[in-house]
Amino acid sequence: MPKVRFATAWLGGCSGCHMSFLDLDEKLIDLADKIELVYSPIADAKEFPENVDVTLVEGAVANIDNLKLAKEIRARSRLVVSFGDCAVTGNVPSLRNKLGVDDVLTAVYHEGPGRHPTGGDEIMPRLLPKVLPLHQVIHVDAFLPGCPPDPDRIWAAVSALLAGEPLVLEPEMRTFG
Amino acid sequence: MSVVTLTINDELVSAQEGQTLLSVLQERGIEVPTLCHLDGLSERGGCRLCMVEMEGTGRLQAACVTQVQEGMVVHTHSERLVKYRRMILELLFSERNHVCAVCVMNGHCELQWEAAQIGMDHVRYEYLNPDLPMDASHERFVIDHNRCILCTRCVRVCDEIEGAHVWDVMGRGVNSRVIADLNQPWGTSQSCTSCGKCVQVCPTGALFSKGATVAEMEKQHNFLRWILDGREKKIWSYENGK
Amino acid sequence: MNRSDLEALAQRELQRQQAFRCRILCCASTPCLSSGATAVYDAINAAIKEGELDAEVQAVSTGCMGPCSRGPMVTVQVKDEGEFIYEHVSPEVGRQLVTYHARSAASPAEELPEPLRTRLLPSDMPFFAKQKKVVLSNSGLIDPERLEDYVARGGYAALAHALREMTPEEVCREIINSGLRGRGGAGYPTGLKWDMVRKARGDKKYVIANGDEGDPGAYMDRTLMESDPHRVLEGMAIAGYAVGADQGYIYVRGEYPIAAKRLERAIRTAERRGLLGSRILDSNFNFRIDVRIGAGAFVCGEETALMASIMGRRGQPTPRPPYPAQSGLWGKPTLINNVETFGNIAPIIQNGAEWFASIGTAKSKGTKIFALAGKVATTGLIEVPMGITLREIVYDIGGGIPNDLAFKAAQTGGPSGGCIPAQYLDTPVDYESLKALGSIMGSGGLIIMDEHSCMVDVAKFFMEFCMDESCGKCVPCRVGTVQMHRLLERITDGSATLQDLETLKELCVMVKETSLCGLGQSAPNPVLSTIQYFLDEYEAHIRERRCPAGVCTLEKTPVTEWVHA
Repeated sequence: MPKVRFATAWLGGCSGCHMSFLDLDEKLIDLADKIELVYSPIADAKEFPENVDVTLVEGAVANIDNLKLAKEIRARSRLVVSFGDCAVTGNVPSLRNKLGVDDVLTAVYHEGPGRHPTGGDEIMPRLLPKVLPLHQVIHVDAFLPGCPPDPDRIWAAVSALLAGEPLVLEPEMRTFG
Repeated sequence: MSVVTLTINDELVSAQEGQTLLSVLQERGIEVPTLCHLDGLSERGGCRLCMVEMEGTGRLQAACVTQVQEGMVVHTHSERLVKYRRMILELLFSERNHVCAVCVMNGHCELQWEAAQIGMDHVRYEYLNPDLPMDASHERFVIDHNRCILCTRCVRVCDEIEGAHVWDVMGRGVNSRVIADLNQPWGTSQSCTSCGKCVQVCPTGALFSKGATVAEMEKQHNFLRWILDGREKKIWSYENGK
Repeated sequence: MNRSDLEALAQRELQRQQAFRCRILCCASTPCLSSGATAVYDAINAAIKEGELDAEVQAVSTGCMGPCSRGPMVTVQVKDEGEFIYEHVSPEVGRQLVTYHARSAASPAEELPEPLRTRLLPSDMPFFAKQKKVVLSNSGLIDPERLEDYVARGGYAALAHALREMTPEEVCREIINSGLRGRGGAGYPTGLKWDMVRKARGDKKYVIANGDEGDPGAYMDRTLMESDPHRVLEGMAIAGYAVGADQGYIYVRGEYPIAAKRLERAIRTAERRGLLGSRILDSNFNFRIDVRIGAGAFVCGEETALMASIMGRRGQPTPRPPYPAQSGLWGKPTLINNVETFGNIAPIIQNGAEWFASIGTAKSKGTKIFALAGKVATTGLIEVPMGITLREIVYDIGGGIPNDLAFKAAQTGGPSGGCIPAQYLDTPVDYESLKALGSIMGSGGLIIMDEHSCMVDVAKFFMEFCMDESCGKCVPCRVGTVQMHRLLERITDGSATLQDLETLKELCVMVKETSLCGLGQSAPNPVLSTIQYFLDEYEAHIRERRCPAGVCTLEKTPVTEWVHA
């Protein structure tokens, strides 16, 4: 049986969801038999590849780079899963939404401690006016809430996806937060 | 009191005249979500989660404010109702800043739980992200408007049980806001007795005790039953910890 | 006062009026006042005084005459010559009217001296000819601040008749037989409601007149209260007698100070004359009326919210049942009707149910007042028989669409109603026909739109109104209106996708079916009806990023396209 081409991606988030993914511990070994990890922040791939079967996306869409990657992921993946609360709801990154982008940048980079960045606009990808959950930007096939989703949830979700079953978690497994 | 017979989800059910439909559903273990309802407080009919289908009228009715009637034919979990309950929860999550991950009530919140229960796993509407304040002027409690769902349990418990009527609602529509006395810092309220009932009945992290951090706040509703049993039935003590 | 005193009062007043050769009626309703009617009235009075014409000419400050966009309006009644209706009367023209009509017999219209000739409205103008005045039969003809004027035109005779000749049950029966239906919009049979309250058990009952008219552009109730306040009071008193109430409240929108003032004054005068208060017309019937002023919330037009407001509570609706007829003000049986509904009562009692039922259609009897606004040549207040077609209203009464533009849609029922497109112009205006088209009769707002109106923009306007006016009690209305407005905003600013249109439709149906009161239940109507008839416009905004009417700016793009921006 050919291995499932599997990817994970990291948009605007804290990487906690990936940490939780790594907390699958010994299950990772089982997983390795079934999948080929073709793209991930924990793997060395620069470009998001073609023909991916399943992509877990951590993080909200906060800037132009996130948006570009999200569109690439959608175009090249069969199933896209919002992985964790930031992707699902916007979560903590979206706390900035009640402030304007300029106010946020001024507060953080100019009025905050330390030296503020100098140089061209290209140093930092342009922020979107509002941080958005992934499904408000691209079509998302399944949702895995939690901040972070604990390993049990991740395992339940990944097992279902690899078995080609729809992702339906028990109520206890699908709480936000 | 006379008995009425009604049909709930194709099953014949008898109930006492004057009972609300919601109480009959709860007695029979039929779970419909609720948020503004709380046993011991007056009914509001505002969250619209407990709406049920009533055969014959073609209209949906909130079970909490509907009295049972002879011959009623009720459906509680039609496809349409399940869809609407989900949409209502999506609207609530989109309205204010319900960031569960950093909430004192994470893991104990009724809003969070109802969403999980129903399977509301993402919000399709634009998050409104209003800029709302917190008021920590009270010596023991905090009100965080970012997490308020305007169920007015606090308003009702303060008025109906404590008798102080510190809380009320100002403004209208999406700009409605729970206020203390004449819209002043809670800590300066002359009418507040600091009893904490409002904090205990609040379904979300909008009202909480100082010192609680993420996921540390848990709430108790039992006191309402104790007070009402004392007042109405003169039951002053409970054996076996009931 | 008893019945013969009332008749004597009427006779005296009629004689007084007939003594004048010429009566100059000056509209003092809000639209004309805002275009300078006070100065016109003063100028006319000054001219009478200067010309020492006090014995021959009488200036009367009246209520509304109808063509509000042509104000200030003045009607001159000349004995043996008839009526002359003038538009856009300035103080100077007012003076000339006095000097011209006071003495010489008027010339034929085309030979009138300028500037009178251009300001005279043709006597056969369809604006007037196609109307039928029942509720507004006194409006523009009497001084609303004088009880005598009302009595001289048969006022309070219906009350006297009911008290003396009819039992409460007979009054209810008469109203049922007339076929009168609620004029607030929903069209519930008025007589049935009365009979319910009459039969309801209670040591105390109340009657409420709902004058909290809130639809944008609608001013039927304001005009009636300003132009003929006694008509409303008489209707309420008859209702009080019929249902067994001794206390009435008239709830007037806070933005209507003139109406409130005239009502207060009318109540005081009527009480002094024994037409309201204790032992009315020497009978055993007591009925007090008090004015209650709203504080500007649209939702207080909803009956349960209105009652909460009267009781001094926050103006928020409560779930029905219980209906007010069972448990209303302070838990007592309460009859609540719209002001215009009460305006129909005296004519029905006076002329009989059969007469009333002969006007209108099979299921919609009588007349309806509309505030005709928007893109028609003559806007203003009109009263038409039920069953008249929209085409007659727009092209005959309204004088058609200005600038040779095409009719696009008529909006009825304001934020609770819908749009009716051109292919249904020949639909008769009655409760059922309008409902079948996805709109409602409503309280009487009627806005005409031409081809330069964008229907998505119109829907957005009404949704913004509902969003602002939602009381916030129930979630679907409080948040749903905001989300629907956001989606409409996205469609008009160019950032919407076709998915957004689906989300909007789904939300509309949900809010309609789950909201607590009529505000939320009807808020999606303007969107649903414009989607029904003008889906192509919605799609043009989204697919082609183009506003067919040229109204929307569409300056944004959907979020997925920002990468390239």
